[in-house]
Amino acid sequence: MFQRLPLEPSGSTVGISIDGRRVEARAGDTVAAAMLAAGVVRCRTTPVSGAPRAPYCMMGVCFDCLVTIDGVGSRQGCLVRVREGMRIEMQQGARELGK
Amino acid sequence: MSAVAIRDAYDVAVVGAGPAGLAAATVCAKAGLSTVLLDEQASAGGQIYRAITETPVREKPVLGESYWRGAALVEAFRSSGAEHVAGATVWSLTREREIGVSVGGGAQLTGARRVILCTGALERPFPIPGWTLPGVMTAGAAQILLKSAGLVASGRTVLAGCGPLLWLLAWQYLNAGANIDAILDTTAEENRTRALPHVPRFLLSGYFLEGLKLVRAVKREVRVISGVTALRAIGDTGVRSVAFRRHGDVEETRLADTLLLHQGVAPNVNLALSAGVEHRWDESQLCWAPVLDDEGNSSVEGIAVAGDGAGIAGAQAAEWRGRLAAIAAARALGFSVPAVEEARARRELKRCLRGRAFLDTLYRPAKSFRQPSGDTIVCRCEEVTARQITDTVALGCPGPNQMKAFLRCGMGLCQGRLCGLTVTELIAEGRGVPPQQVGYYRLRPPVKPITVAELAALPKTEAAVKAVVRI
Ligand code: FES
Repeated sequence: MFQRLPLEPSGSTVGISIDGRRVEARAGDTVAAAMLAAGVVRCRTTPVSGAPRAPYCMMGVCFDCLVTIDGVGSRQGCLVRVREGMRIEMQQGARELGK
Repeated sequence: MSAVAIRDAYDVAVVGAGPAGLAAATVCAKAGLSTVLLDEQASAGGQIYRAITETPVREKPVLGESYWRGAALVEAFRSSGAEHVAGATVWSLTREREIGVSVGGGAQLTGARRVILCTGALERPFPIPGWTLPGVMTAGAAQILLKSAGLVASGRTVLAGCGPLLWLLAWQYLNAGANIDAILDTTAEENRTRALPHVPRFLLSGYFLEGLKLVRAVKREVRVISGVTALRAIGDTGVRSVAFRRHGDVEETRLADTLLLHQGVAPNVNLALSAGVEHRWDESQLCWAPVLDDEGNSSVEGIAVAGDGAGIAGAQAAEWRGRLAAIAAARALGFSVPAVEEARARRELKRCLRGRAFLDTLYRPAKSFRQPSGDTIVCRCEEVTARQITDTVALGCPGPNQMKAFLRCGMGLCQGRLCGLTVTELIAEGRGVPPQQVGYYRLRPPVKPITVAELAALPKTEAAVKAVVRI
């Protein structure tokens, strides 16, 4: 669980969807940060055992933040910034065919 | 698809926009060389100065002076004339200094007469039971969330481990008004005695007062439980509590919604290794580090390494090492840099390194936290346990590459970044030989996963043909 510190009032937001739920994200946030801020506790399940995972390193090395972004699978959520209208989906197991 | 115009060739390519990379690129560009700085993040600063130009945390005292030092570095870089390519993942580097880089989903190739690798550090693996559970993350990750998004953990937060970053994060959290339930300090008791002889030099390093102030401030406000010798994260779909033990005591449990782990950092060596740069095991820092001369030149002609990727020494040392490598590169290409600048860089670097032996000794992570046993996951990607690894060693498996073939360990997307050190140490321990003899994963490009489509769109080169696919 993460919460936002009181920020500058000028901070703008963008509308994204996480697994179909509409969420206001802070412009400039990465997908992983936006998910944590929105109370999402996991990003994906592992291909091996199906165990849930969530961002671990936030710097692009652990790959536990993999999500499907606008239909493209296995994107590192901690390296991609949110954009207006972005659709983020939790990833089940390995990258699905066609994604 | 080419998102950003990257030229075919530069005099100097610098990889990584942390303190070393920013300083190196600035020196090169100012000396008149065509310079490109390739960096994976969306904005310059690396991890230590992450989001320095755009952090939503506007109250300067929250992150502290050591963070804001980065602003001047970025400022100097911006006016240097060097090109900055943000969001650029470098996935290959050959001995001929051909660089494969992916920007915004488009792969491109470029080349440079000199390459300075400033790929920085990674947090050392902290393989305890339950470390893969959602809600368990590194202290560095929490710090990145704070710097780049103004987010802090809410609910019950426990920090565990050892090292300067753990204390720094705790201090920044308190400054930000965030709550910390407890700090489980895993610093081994014997380290305190062993570090004593290094105290005098540490006192001269400039880090002493800053560090002392910080640790004291944290201890005044947070319950610190020291002498922790065992840790477990407990939960089902996410962490619920953390269990710990002190020496022979009975196990105690504390509720936790977030568990932040840290036991130091190690050089991020993947790109340098894949380029064939010779590395050696550093026993004082328990990691692989490139073999370098005093200008940062590696065993591969034209490739230098600077910053924490050259051996952990901290942000200020990184800056000076970056400058030294850049001065050497400029000179090698026939450009002049005033001798006084080099002399100053050497002097400053020496000053920054004074406190290192103390920190390395005091915060040397305990063996039990580096070499797990039983069902503890070592390879997070392929979910390989410590027992599987030690059993395979007992069957005669001699090194990490063979281990990969047996167990798929180190074969996942992170390419060994989260298990490599642990696997090397477990095999060395099992075989009763030094880690140097065991070696590390053989790394080949792409060192970061890219898609087949990206590779297919490239002009065909050897690297592209040899490359593999992401799953
Ligand atoms: S959180 Fe580790 S790669 Fe994104």
